[in-house]
Amino acid sequence: MQTTLEPKTSFEVSNKGFYGHFGGAFIPEMLYPNVEELRQNYLTIIADPAFQAEFWQLLEDYVGRPTPLFLAKRLSDKVGGTVYLKREDLCHTGAHKVNNTIGQILVAQRLGKKRIVAETGAGQHGVATATVCALMGLECIVYMGSIDMERQKPNVDRMRMLGATVVPATSGSQTLKDATNEAMRHWINNPVDTHYIIGSVVGPHPYPDMVARFQSVISQEVKKQLLAKTGNENPNYVVACVGGGSNAAGAFYHYLNEPSVRLVAAEAAGQGVTSGHSAATTALGKPGVLHGSRTILMQTEDGQVIEPYSISAGLDYPGIGPLHAHLFESGRGDFYAITDDEALQAGFQLSKLEGIIPALESAHALAALEKMNLKSDDVVVVCLSGRGDKDLSTYSKYL
Amino acid sequence: MTQELTQNRITNLFTHKSERLLNVYFTAGFPNLDDTVTILRGLQAAGVDIVEIGMPYSDPVADGETIQQSNDKALNNGMSLKTLFAQLADCRKGADPVNVPILLMGYINPVLQFGIENFCKKCQEVGVDGVILPDLPLDLFLDEYASIFNEYGILNVNLITPQTSEARIRHIDAESDGFIYMVSSASITGSVKGVSDTMQAYFERIAAMNLRNPRLIGFGINNHETFDTASKYANGAIVGSAFIRHLTEQGTSPESIQAFVQTIRA
Repeated sequence: MQTTLEPKTSFEVSNKGFYGHFGGAFIPEMLYPNVEELRQNYLTIIADPAFQAEFWQLLEDYVGRPTPLFLAKRLSDKVGGTVYLKREDLCHTGAHKVNNTIGQILVAQRLGKKRIVAETGAGQHGVATATVCALMGLECIVYMGSIDMERQKPNVDRMRMLGATVVPATSGSQTLKDATNEAMRHWINNPVDTHYIIGSVVGPHPYPDMVARFQSVISQEVKKQLLAKTGNENPNYVVACVGGGSNAAGAFYHYLNEPSVRLVAAEAAGQGVTSGHSAATTALGKPGVLHGSRTILMQTEDGQVIEPYSISAGLDYPGIGPLHAHLFESGRGDFYAITDDEALQAGFQLSKLEGIIPALESAHALAALEKMNLKSDDVVVVCLSGRGDKDLSTYSKYL
Repeated sequence: MTQELTQNRITNLFTHKSERLLNVYFTAGFPNLDDTVTILRGLQAAGVDIVEIGMPYSDPVADGETIQQSNDKALNNGMSLKTLFAQLADCRKGADPVNVPILLMGYINPVLQFGIENFCKKCQEVGVDGVILPDLPLDLFLDEYASIFNEYGILNVNLITPQTSEARIRHIDAESDGFIYMVSSASITGSVKGVSDTMQAYFERIAAMNLRNPRLIGFGINNHETFDTASKYANGAIVGSAFIRHLTEQGTSPESIQAFVQTIRA
């Protein structure tokens, strides 16, 4: 059984919730007591041996951890180097999101909360939240952009089957950004008995840190598994997609202080970085404040948030988590912009080469491999964050 | 307190009037881009004590549907901080100057992009007296921005809610000048109907704290009855969503604005 979630890194969050210039807690007073309650308690709660025991037991018996680290031989032959896939798609509910929702529901229980509110883009976080609410018997309300509800209908049905109320967010772009706004409003209206399970490493401090800690189980396992398979726990590259960036934060976490390991983030370029239909935040954004933290943000000259676009609902977000903004600014991470077409091709390629249909989000990470000029002796770990069943209707249009 | 703050219109207002103050909010550039000064003058003519002008933002998380839609409309009309300052540039000048205290209310990101110092300088130039930026954390304001706000004589109005702890209310009171914005209940704007017993208990609790700053109650103040109740426990109240709805339905003429304000004050 695992015992820790706390490696100390130079990229760890400061006392005030900052990673370099990014982070903080830019929240209205209406949310201050909730966020402060969480900030003052989360580290103590997580460190409690009873919490640790329950968390790790659930990850093992309910989520199905550790997830395999799979040597993708045919993909390796195609892109060069040796490519391992961290199979988060094999987690219960079909994506890495459940690592975090298990952790947060246990935190919420210990804070005495009775109701859970969440936002979701692709629906994976919504399903993971609805799942743990069913498991623990808590009421669950999930906000989802009405456009996302259409393109990810199977996940909407799954959430409803799990007993959650799915509320369409009809404002703005009707996608993840607006679902997040609506979930925050719900929390403002219900501050005492409700916990907001944020699904990515975004939002006010301590969410980015807390979510990264829960997701750090990914890199913790990779280190062990890679050591067993290759004799070296460090690959040359860790590759993951970044919308808000929770799977990337989890895959990078134990490598943040290993400068020999390059951290590679794949962002959604949509129809192209300069097409006006993109979600490539680091390419198009600049520092700003959204959803409670200072980060890199796609915005107009006047500071209005630009509505993003991606074929992948999970990457359709105008910002990134503050840790990722710091990785980008400090040069610790390499950020690639992947178009819809490149992601689709990478998704089809993995399906045919390895018999694994990836989520469109993960397909962006796979597409980055083609751009990395890999050498034959490079070892690469790709975080395969989720499975593609939910995206079949999108894939099928291009078959 | 700096020299500038002692001359601030909001500070001065509270030294002369302490009861039944009415602060009315509207969104700059709504319903039409050039309505800002028309509505401002209409509110002054109707005898409103403070005017709060919303700086529209694409993602106003503390606001409900009414104000969000007015923000969207204003942005579609082309409103920006630059345009707003240009519209307000001459309102304090000339033969018929606007003299009612003006607050700007909005979210931090557009202000950060404009530049904090540039923003304060512009506020001073056009005669804005204070700002309400709900997502600007108090500690960050004190660490990084308070000296700039002071230099230009701009008040930063802070919010408290029913969930704000007593210690934090004392801290906010100590660090505030002008007034404290009491959010009436756990809510976004425009979502509260009437004044409940729980709200009254909260109003009484805060009134009994004898804070050094005057207080205005906002959120859920939408008619004469709620204004009256709020004024019993605080120095007055703030009306927002109800006025936006009125502007949408009844237009921006001085008569329409006068009628609205009379309904509230009765």
